[in-house]
Amino acid sequence: MTGTVAVVGSSVAGVRTAQALRTEEHGGPVVLIGAEAGLPYDKPPLSKQFLAGTWGADRITLLTEAAARAAGIELRLGVPAQHLDVAGREVLLADGHRVSYDHVVIATGSAARPSPWPVASGVHVLRTLDDSRALRADLERPGPVVVVGGGFIGAEVAATARASGHAVTVVDPLPAPIGRLLGPEIGELMGQVHQRHGVDTRLGVGVQDITGEAGNLMVTLTDGRQVEAATVVVGIGAIPTTGWLAESGLLVDNGVVCDEYCRAVERDDVWAVGDVARWDHPRLGEAVRVEHWTNAVEQAACVAFNLTHSGQLRGYAPTEYVWSDQYDWKIQIVGQPRAAVKHRFIGEPGAEPPRFAVVYSDGDSRLAGALAVNWPKALVACRRLLAVGASSDEAAKLVETLLVPTVA
Amino acid sequence: MPRLTADVELCQGYGNCTTTASDVYDVDDDGKVVLLRQIIDDADRSRVEEATRSCPVNALRVLDR
Repeated sequence: MTGTVAVVGSSVAGVRTAQALRTEEHGGPVVLIGAEAGLPYDKPPLSKQFLAGTWGADRITLLTEAAARAAGIELRLGVPAQHLDVAGREVLLADGHRVSYDHVVIATGSAARPSPWPVASGVHVLRTLDDSRALRADLERPGPVVVVGGGFIGAEVAATARASGHAVTVVDPLPAPIGRLLGPEIGELMGQVHQRHGVDTRLGVGVQDITGEAGNLMVTLTDGRQVEAATVVVGIGAIPTTGWLAESGLLVDNGVVCDEYCRAVERDDVWAVGDVARWDHPRLGEAVRVEHWTNAVEQAACVAFNLTHSGQLRGYAPTEYVWSDQYDWKIQIVGQPRAAVKHRFIGEPGAEPPRFAVVYSDGDSRLAGALAVNWPKALVACRRLLAVGASSDEAAKLVETLLVPTVA
Repeated sequence: MPRLTADVELCQGYGNCTTTASDVYDVDDDGKVVLLRQIIDDADRSRVEEATRSCPVNALRVLDR
């Protein structure tokens, strides 16, 4: 394949696809199209180091102009794609320009679910660099912070705001927000990380309304209680960015629907990667969409391979992996703990800092997934065993041996 | 042949490298990356480069000697 590949979307999925195409020795032009004007950047630090002000924008750049030039990647930044002409093989940009392609990779990611509470100022979502800058500016002023949504983004923002001295309250309608991923018992244990660090939680209760303005907001909960805030952060999920594909004729249903090779159904020249892709997972036997950094990178590598090896396509069957850094907890989750029927706890949650793992078992006593807190070695061990279909007993035994450090 | 470096100060133990190239990268008891080999064959280069790009903190390099 020596034709032009247009990659639409300049976050990690798009950038890594463009780079991996060169690794796979694609010889034709690669055009990377991005809606935002600045250089491509990495998102995980936006709720942590960048938000805290310890890292600048240069530290989170994913692709410099020099690196793009060296790799032969043409950057078309600052203009969003508006339409995909599948029959004519063209991407139409919002400024009227067209980019012709032989293959197109859709990597437009997802956008923060907007706050449903209309307030003039002081209520933030967090997805983009500009979002993080705006929130950072508000956090530079004193005053209490309310975080709506106790998922990973919300928890990370709460930890960052707490570390910079704010009183912080986390609100979530679920009694154990991380329980969606880890089961109710472990989810409740994980929720205690907030109280341990002096963050108030209002769990099992929703937000009725938010009124006021930046510096003087009132959050009314569904149980009638009220919480004052100078700043509110709403972290209630993300929505795949597929609006620009509405007239394309592609099948879009909670993401771009793809086959197991990450090709849009019934097209052999349209691919999708990252948050926006909903593909047929060969091992799980269902269509899935995954909003994690590692998935974006692994899927980018798979699509770049498939695009350049049309005779030997590889089904994309990743082992799901996500991490989150909150306070002094490094949380790592692999596989599908939510699909497990039982679990085994290994390590010391009470230690300072805590170090423990949870090994999850499916109905056939196979390893279904694992959680590690401050214990990367245990996580890596379970991640490898998951990939080979090991039993949960084998995983638990191996993790137990890791409790005793090896002598160098 | 390509030479490898790993910055253990940057490393956060995310472990993605150990999935893509388990013959090259491991993590130690402290959760820091360990290079199992310093030099790789040219034939392994693209796979190891893929592993370096899977590092969330950009701690890994493949250098021409």
